[in-house]
Amino acid sequence: IVQAKRPLGPYDTSEPVTPYEQATTYNNYYEFGTDKADPARMAGTLHTRPWTIKIDGEVKKPQTVDIDTLQSWFPLEDRIYRMRCVEGWSMVMPWLGFPLGSLIRRLEPTSKAKYVQFTALLDPKQFPGQRADVLNWPYVEGLRLDEALHPLAFMAVGLNGRILPGQNGAPLRLVVPWKYGFKGIKAIVRITLTAKQPQTTWSLAAPDEYGFYANVNPKVDHPRWSQATERRIGELSRRPTLPFNGYAKEVASLYSGMDLRKFF
Amino acid sequence: MARRSGALGWLGPAVVVGGLIPVIVMALDAGSGALGANPVQRVQLQTGVLTLALLLLSLACTPLRLVFGWTWPARIRKALGLLAFVYAALHFLVYLFDKGILNSDFGLQTILTDIVKRPFITAGFAALLLLVPLALTSFKGSVKRLGFARWTALHRLVYVAAALGVLHYWWGVKKDHTQPLIYAGVLLLLFAARWLWKKRKVTPRAKKRPVGGL
Repeated sequence: IVQAKRPLGPYDTSEPVTPYEQATTYNNYYEFGTDKADPARMAGTLHTRPWTIKIDGEVKKPQTVDIDTLQSWFPLEDRIYRMRCVEGWSMVMPWLGFPLGSLIRRLEPTSKAKYVQFTALLDPKQFPGQRADVLNWPYVEGLRLDEALHPLAFMAVGLNGRILPGQNGAPLRLVVPWKYGFKGIKAIVRITLTAKQPQTTWSLAAPDEYGFYANVNPKVDHPRWSQATERRIGELSRRPTLPFNGYAKEVASLYSGMDLRKFF
Repeated sequence: MARRSGALGWLGPAVVVGGLIPVIVMALDAGSGALGANPVQRVQLQTGVLTLALLLLSLACTPLRLVFGWTWPARIRKALGLLAFVYAALHFLVYLFDKGILNSDFGLQTILTDIVKRPFITAGFAALLLLVPLALTSFKGSVKRLGFARWTALHRLVYVAAALGVLHYWWGVKKDHTQPLIYAGVLLLLFAARWLWKKRKVTPRAKKRPVGGL
């Protein structure tokens, strides 16, 4: 494991990083199966090269680009982020990648662009979980354009200084550390800038449980469990969950004037 | 063919020992880290699933007699029921631990809110409460003290407990209902078997009714 001995950046947490073994064997990735051990077991069926990403919608430069080309557009950065799952557990993940905002700006959104929609790979041959209609495949996620342009919003291609493992979202995944983990769509094949709010997978599957915004909020409970606390993987007792997963200083202003109970 | 009493005397102890093996396995796994990244959640799930499995097995004893004329399952029904209660209690203890009962700042309100506010918890807690009087009256002399009719009526609560347990599992999973569906299916099958046999008034093939059996 390459543990970078570098000074922490402005967006890094200094909390201890979750061991690689646990971060790569305890995953929610229903395309591989609904058990948290399934993704690590099944990820070998996913081929992440060659891989292209289609970029379309409200952009001046619609195009289809190879993952290696896309990656080469930006210098890769390390980001040590907290990751809070909607189920009440959390990890500290050392991602490697580039800011989503850098990509969006390069694509030159038109004046109509208000949202970014991400679509994951649809291929039941590579994703055995897609043979069951547990969710509407392919997985779709989205962000408001200003959220996507926030410097914390990140596209990851690596973890712990190595290439991203299949079970963690290779070859390209979204990381939005102030939102619940399910917003972090994996195996992205399409990025579409839209005028309308995207219909996202979990908000369609259970609208009363999962919203479009999905900002980490200890005050808004999931109907079946409290979101006030979380278990950091590797610890036995729970700790309080922080508003916006501890990133309130950076992102709370994005939502000023919004009723976060309504837009959960 | 079931034998007369005595020949299967080992069956009860074997079920109790076998039924407690998962506790030992979980304890060993906890020590070696084999419970994975989230051991509390794993133990929570495993004790819950074991509770349901044992409850369904205890409920299968009578239909097995009705359909196949087997009397031996009735001999282990009590052991299965008590094991189910043990796992339900463990399941609840893990829940209490998860809610931080060992922390100095623990408030009972956390749990009361959970039970009142969340149907998923309400169902599970109700199922556990229903199992308590059953466990308490499953020892020697209880049938005599209560009277057979009252004891039997009381122990019918196990149907309600099992149904609530399956509902609790159903509501507890995030999306994939395959597992709870299996338990629900088995429960319905067991209910259907009893109901059909009662309706058709088919006399059980077994000649001798087991003591205390329905």
